Parts: sequence; structure tokens; C-alpha cells
Amino acid sequence: MLEIIDICKTFNPGTINEKVALENVSLTLKDGDFCTVIGGNGAGKSTVMNAVAGVWPVDSGRILVDGRDVSGLTEYQRAPYFGRVFQDPMTGTAADMWIEENLALASRRGKRRTLRWGVQKKEREEYRQLLRTLDLGLEDRMTTKVGLLSGGQRQALTLLMATLRKPKVLLLDEHTAALDPKTAEKVLETTDRIVGESGLTTLMVTHNMRDAIRHGNRLIMMNEGKIILDVSGEEKKNLTVRDLLQKFEETGGEVNDRMVLS
Amino acid sequence: MTAYFSSLNPTALWNAAPGGLAQGLIWGIMALGVYLTFRVLNFADLTCDGSLALGGAVAVMGILKGYNPEVVLLLSFCAGVLAGLVTGFLHTTLGIPEILAGILTQISLYSINLNIMGKANQAVPVGQVTVHFTSNIRYLAQTIALTLVVDVFIIIVYYYFLGTELGSAIRATGINPNMSRANGINTNKMKVLALMFSNGLIALSGGILSEYQGFADVKMGQGAIVIGLAAVIIGEVLCRAIVGDRQNFAVRLAFTVIGAIVYYFVYVFVLWLKFPADDMKLLTAIVVAVFLAAPYLQEQRTSSFAGLKKRNARLAKAEANGQNQTPEET
Repeated sequence: MLEIIDICKTFNPGTINEKVALENVSLTLKDGDFCTVIGGNGAGKSTVMNAVAGVWPVDSGRILVDGRDVSGLTEYQRAPYFGRVFQDPMTGTAADMWIEENLALASRRGKRRTLRWGVQKKEREEYRQLLRTLDLGLEDRMTTKVGLLSGGQRQALTLLMATLRKPKVLLLDEHTAALDPKTAEKVLETTDRIVGESGLTTLMVTHNMRDAIRHGNRLIMMNEGKIILDVSGEEKKNLTVRDLLQKFEETGGEVNDRMVLS
Repeated sequence: MTAYFSSLNPTALWNAAPGGLAQGLIWGIMALGVYLTFRVLNFADLTCDGSLALGGAVAVMGILKGYNPEVVLLLSFCAGVLAGLVTGFLHTTLGIPEILAGILTQISLYSINLNIMGKANQAVPVGQVTVHFTSNIRYLAQTIALTLVVDVFIIIVYYYFLGTELGSAIRATGINPNMSRANGINTNKMKVLALMFSNGLIALSGGILSEYQGFADVKMGQGAIVIGLAAVIIGEVLCRAIVGDRQNFAVRLAFTVIGAIVYYFVYVFVLWLKFPADDMKLLTAIVVAVFLAAPYLQEQRTSSFAGLKKRNARLAKAEANGQNQTPEET
């Protein structure tokens, strides 16, 4: 369970570039919730993600994972609780290392890193099985450098890495935004499968309203650092893009092309 | 001109070669240290010049204090580790940019080295102690063999270490710090660890070097970083040319040492050509520039705007000629 309680964040306080990014945001995700987050540019979607992941400390408020306050932990200290996939396919993997080395790094998330060999023989077989489930042929390219993979392959691999050790919460930060529509579709399918198989609690930011409606059991909309809409269950299933756009305009948000086109 | 060439003595060059090899092998240890920060950690560490002289100072003063010449090398290594720790502390805990952190440690080491030695240079009491890494021509073969063993040993340890869980974390930190933190790696700790190991190797190299040349000088590290980079880059260019693109990591490390040896052969050769010793730093810069430029220029040959422009101009000309000919035919 993820509880975000009243978090605030202002960037560059006291300067002309001051920007209130999060204003008293509160959100509770129950175990197994798959929540999508939408909103315009600068609404605070990715900022919530970064606050939860601990990229920087929030100004005030608390973040609890299974009742444990993690808001005072640094990014690497709270990494054991979260699996993360980023917007930029380059961000989630180490380009100059092999596929199996990347997986091995991820499988040691939250464990002490010792002087034992980095990739053990028996885990190699495990990785091969896992890669096979992606259906991208990566299981035969275990010693290929990740930098040689396409964006879609890298996102799929990052997804695998993020869930290799079951995280308390899976954080997906517009992880299909940089992919072509067909690849994005495939990565989303994989996401649904992995989340469904392990019943992962998931927070997924997206620009695409259709995806936000189609995936997950809950949807929140953000604007100017606040949550302005929170629907779940039947109500969410019956949402249409038109409903969302209307709702969005009511609150004075600017509708950008990407949202309309989707 | 003829007088100049007839004054060059091929035998002298032949005699100088083993010395160049020995020096190359010693500086190769330093190049391995530079490789760790510069290539693996992606960190331009300028502590190098200071820690090399630190290693030399500690070794010579240790010998003067009566310690075993092999044991003092261990002290040199430890002193270098401390120097790396300081740079790491300045960078990670105090948030000083990497280049500045390195320069601060380097400049403070100048004073520290003077304090350690009590004056600008100290000599190894050659008559009183037996030093195994000696430049004495009678024992040069032994020095070369011994240094080679040290180099190989370091490469093996290095290779193993970077293959471990901890070493993989260091590599990941150098490649993608964001991803590393997301996977629970304490990137600051990894940086400090790598800086410590790297400067340890550099100081060890300084210790062996001072035994080899028979003295330590507070200025012996001046420009060391450039020699280190030269070795790394020469090694990479040669490695790509000889082995190809997909290289085993141990092979790349070996080529770093080979890079240092090649550098010293060039050095010996240019000295033999009777270049003034004062111009050696200039020479180093030119050698590094040439090897840095080589891969770039090679790529330019196959893919460049200027090349495309020329090819297109040629095509356009051929087309124009073709059109001129058609009316004549009809």
C-alpha cells in the first residue's frame, strides 16, 4: 500500500523561477491498485513520481509504503520498495553493459553488493526464461550490450528489471511516450501482463487519455500541482476521452494537441 | 644535416629500449588507475599528479626510515587510497565539481609531499639498501620481469573486481547514475571507492618509479595525468586496430599498459633524436592529440559533410555532361 499524505514541493523558492509543483497532494493506493495519472504539461504528474521515488526531498508531507515512512530516505535507500520505468528509454538501463548484467544489477536491488561474481550461472537461466516471456528474441542475446537495442526493447527490458524483485509499488513515468504507436501498444500489453501476473500496485503516468482509460482500475487527473479528478471502478470503465477533455477544460486546463489526438 | 644524422647512434637507441620498456611498464600501473576513473567511472580525476608524487615521497621516506623497500610500496598504495578518499569526500559530501575536487587535492598534495620529504627531493640511499625495481643496467631484466608480474597481477585483480557485484555497481555508476540509484546503488559510495582504488594504483606506480629512478621529487607527478590519458588512448586505438571492436575487458586493460609502453618508446626515440628534454611536455601533448584525432579523422573519411558535398558535386557534373551529350545523339 502506498500512502502519499499532503506533500508539497516548490522548485527554486524565492527566485523569479519559483514554481509550485505540488500543492498538498494526497493519494492512497491499495494493494493491487493500478492507477493511471493524466494531466497537461507541468501539471505535476512526473513530479509526483519523482517525489515518491525520492529524486529530491519533498518540502513537507509524508510518503508511506506499507505503513513505513520512506520520505526521509534517499533515492537509493528507498529503491528496494519501487520499480521504475522512465520516459526516456536511455534512462532505465546501462547502455554499455550486457543484457544479463543489467538484469543482474536489478536483481540485487536492496541487497548488499559483495565481492561475489556479478552474474551467477543459475540466475542466467532464470533471466533467459524471463526474457523469453517478452517474445522479443532477447533470450538469445544475453551478452549483447543494451545500447544496441531499440527503444521498445529497452523499455521492455527496463520493465522486466523493475519487476524482477517484486516491488511494493511500480512507478511508470510515461514509459511509452517515446515509442512509436505499435511498439507502445506492445510495451503496454507487456505492462498489463506483468502487473496482472504479480498483482503489482502500480502508478502509471501517461499523456494518452485513451491508454489512461483502458488500463488500470483507477484514474486521477492533475492540474497545477493538484489532483482534480479521481475516479475508479465502474465509473472509470465508463469514462470516455470526451468526458475527460470536458472535465479538463472545466478546471481551466489547457488542452494540448497530444491529448486531443489520442 | 649529414653531421646530425651521423651523430645519431643506433646502438644507443638499442641500449635505451629496455629502459623505455621498464618505464612504460611502471607508468602502465598509473595508466590502469587513470583508466578506472576516466573510462569506467567517467570521472576526470586530476588528483593523479599529486598522488603519483605522494607515492614516490612515501616510498623514499619509508626506505630512509629503514623499512623494507617492498613494504613501503604498500604504504605508497595506502597513501594514494587516502588521497582518493579526500577527492571523493570533496566531490560527494561537499558537492564540489569533479575537476575542481581533483585539483584541490592535487594542489594540497604538493605541500603535503614537501612536508613528507622535508625538501623538494630525496634520494634512495642506493649503497645501503637493495631495491628490486632498479634502473641499474645490470639488473634491468629483473626490474622488467618484476614490473611485468606486478602489471599482470593488477590486471587480474582489476578484471575480477569489476566483474563482481560491487564492481558491476561501479561500472553502472559510471555509465548511468540515475539508473544505478533507481536500482539501489549508492552512487556516491561507488565513486569514492573507485577514486580510492585508482589513486592507490597511481601512488603505487609513483613508489615504484621513485625506486627505479633512485629519488622522489615533489614535481615528479607534473603532467602525469596527460601521460596516463595518452596511455589509455594509445591503448584503445591500438586495441581497436589489432583486436577489433568486441574486446574482452582484460585485453583492453592489457592494451592500456601497452599504450604506456608505446608512449615511452616514442619518448626514448625522440630523446635519441636529440630533442631537448625541455620540449618533452610539448611532445606528450602532440602524441595525445594525434591519437585522439586518429579515430575521429578515420570516421570523417567514411562519413562527413565535406565528403558528401564532393560526391554530390561529382554526380551533378556527370549528369550535366550526360544531358549535353543526349541532344548531339538525336
